[in-house]
Amino acid sequence: MAILITPQTKILVQGITGDFGGRHARLSLDYGTLVVAGVTPGKGGLFFEHGPHRVPIFNSVKEAARATGASASAIFVPPPFAADAILECADAGLDLAVAITEGIPIRDMVRVKRAMAGSRTRLLGPNCPGVVTPGTGDRSNGGCRIGIAPGYIHRKGRVGVVSRSGTLTYEAVYQLTVRGIGQSTSVGIGGDPVNGTSHLDIVRMFSADPETRGIVMIGEIGGSAEVEAARWIKAHCKKPVAGFIAGSTAPAGRRMGHAGAIVGGAEDTAAAKIAVFKECGIEVAATPSDMADALIRAAQAMGVALD
Amino acid sequence: MNIHEYQAKALFEKFGVAVPKGAAARSAGELAGALAALPEGPTMVKSQIHAGGRGKGAFTDGYKGGVKFCKTKAEALEVAARMLGNTLVTAQTGPAGRKVQTIYFTTASDIKKEYYLAVLLDRAASRPVVVASTEGGVEIEKVAHETPEKIFKVVVDPAYGLADFQVRELAAGLGLSGAESKNAAKLIRGLYAMYWATDASMIEVNPLITTPAGDVLALDAKVSFDDNALFRQPEIVALRDLNEEDPKEIEASKHGLSYIALDGNIACLVNGAGLAMSTMDIIKHFGGSPANFLDVGGGASKDQVVAAFKIILGDPNVKGIFVNIFGGIMDCNVIATGIVEAVREVGLRLPLVVRLEGNNVMAGKATLAGSGLTIVSGDSMADAAQKIVKLVAG
Repeated sequence: MAILITPQTKILVQGITGDFGGRHARLSLDYGTLVVAGVTPGKGGLFFEHGPHRVPIFNSVKEAARATGASASAIFVPPPFAADAILECADAGLDLAVAITEGIPIRDMVRVKRAMAGSRTRLLGPNCPGVVTPGTGDRSNGGCRIGIAPGYIHRKGRVGVVSRSGTLTYEAVYQLTVRGIGQSTSVGIGGDPVNGTSHLDIVRMFSADPETRGIVMIGEIGGSAEVEAARWIKAHCKKPVAGFIAGSTAPAGRRMGHAGAIVGGAEDTAAAKIAVFKECGIEVAATPSDMADALIRAAQAMGVALD
Repeated sequence: MNIHEYQAKALFEKFGVAVPKGAAARSAGELAGALAALPEGPTMVKSQIHAGGRGKGAFTDGYKGGVKFCKTKAEALEVAARMLGNTLVTAQTGPAGRKVQTIYFTTASDIKKEYYLAVLLDRAASRPVVVASTEGGVEIEKVAHETPEKIFKVVVDPAYGLADFQVRELAAGLGLSGAESKNAAKLIRGLYAMYWATDASMIEVNPLITTPAGDVLALDAKVSFDDNALFRQPEIVALRDLNEEDPKEIEASKHGLSYIALDGNIACLVNGAGLAMSTMDIIKHFGGSPANFLDVGGGASKDQVVAAFKIILGDPNVKGIFVNIFGGIMDCNVIATGIVEAVREVGLRLPLVVRLEGNNVMAGKATLAGSGLTIVSGDSMADAAQKIVKLVAG
């Protein structure tokens, strides 16, 4: 089943006429993803052309969704306009809005999150690599790729990956793939302090997804989202879980690249989170090179086959 | 972005937050003029640097205390002359300390009682929160640890803003009534309004004080702003003091690189914040010590790689370099070419270990191998980290 998206999910791209959005729309089309619409206000009626693909562009998300049946959006809109782009997805009633944009003001996200309370639209991100549900073709082609992750490193399978960081997600996915272990879905929830979907939200979905047999959860310093997810896992999750927390060596009070990666107190250090992971039965990867092996250890201990 | 106390207090006044009367001086010639703006009597002299613990700090010439109480303005002038241009070392500055380039004089207040007040983001709620405590003038972390019941919080609904009943709750929680309560309410509303309007990340007032006359004043001010929002806050950007920032970090930001200096000797050059953090961690794991955090971003260009090499080689402590790139989308060969060009341009007398993975990795590795440079290749993060740690240890 996978989570959030399937290879049949139709997606639209907000900001498809920009360099960044355009480049990744082409990569998603090459991956076999159903990119059915683009949205750029003022450019409705034009087409986004790539090889055999001719993707219609609309002025609004609502029009695009109505005309094409798109149910998910990849948002590549620059920071000053990104909050508006997210709210437009909610107004159009999409299932999923994936905000790739890095650098959205926190105040905007506080307002967006409040405005989306009770909305049927799930927000993933912002400042995230997006989500990939691998396909069955060569190098996982034919899957659904929303965002900027490399599709080709995936392999269709049964492990769920969730992370705040893009490159660490790729690292984990790649380690699994070279060991012959595929993924159900890999999800980047983003590195900002205010985001739409949490570690816990994704872990609950993986836990409920019959196709997913094991979970890799990657976190970092700052906030308490990983701790919340770990406690839920201890109480409810029956699947093997491996975890990694980045930032053991980060100095307190400094923002480490991600706006949310900052140690504020004793609770949000890497050491504190790792201690909670261990206490909750999560197999902790000693180094980022150990993430796939940690999951294999956890699965063996529970007698679960990951493939 | 951080600002100085005197700048924060000027913003406070703009938002109706009461502060002691004060004046700043940026040179020896300005000291007397600044003092002239204040009434005769007890005066505080406060070194302006972006670091806490100033009062308990010491200057590199042995002079003690970066914040001092003086009985007269004449005494304040003498004390200020000792501080200005001197280098202050506090628990937060590191051993090098910070040069004091601005002095802030304030009228010394009669203190009845000290409190704590802050406005910041509650990450779990994704909403602003006002934090208050009856224990002011001490480290709030200490209060949180020892007497957590003396700290209370009011989470604000951003759709409505700080409500009057919440302001009353805060004032009552601090044990204030009558004129004090009314004055505190005005101050709390002002702080919240400023937090929201200026895209602040945190406003901390420690201590907030009451006076025997019933006034409620912000005696200190620590304010930081959301870097993501600076594009729409030109008045805040104008307050930026580059003297307070690491020149290497300023140079890095000009090239779109995210760099933070640390005190180790293995420099890191990585794409992605999470991978950059964990690259530091893995160096430590294998017994080394990272010299920096450096994220070249998802689409690093050759120019950025060259700039990054120059910045990390500008740190005299660096004894080796670890490049860790997971080129998911970006072409590893482009990165490899950038590394080779950077090394040719800046020269290299230090061990360099490169771990490349991802798109077009074979071509990238071939470029490195064929460059004639002594670049050590690592197969995985763990392998590369062990190699650089070993090379630096000699």
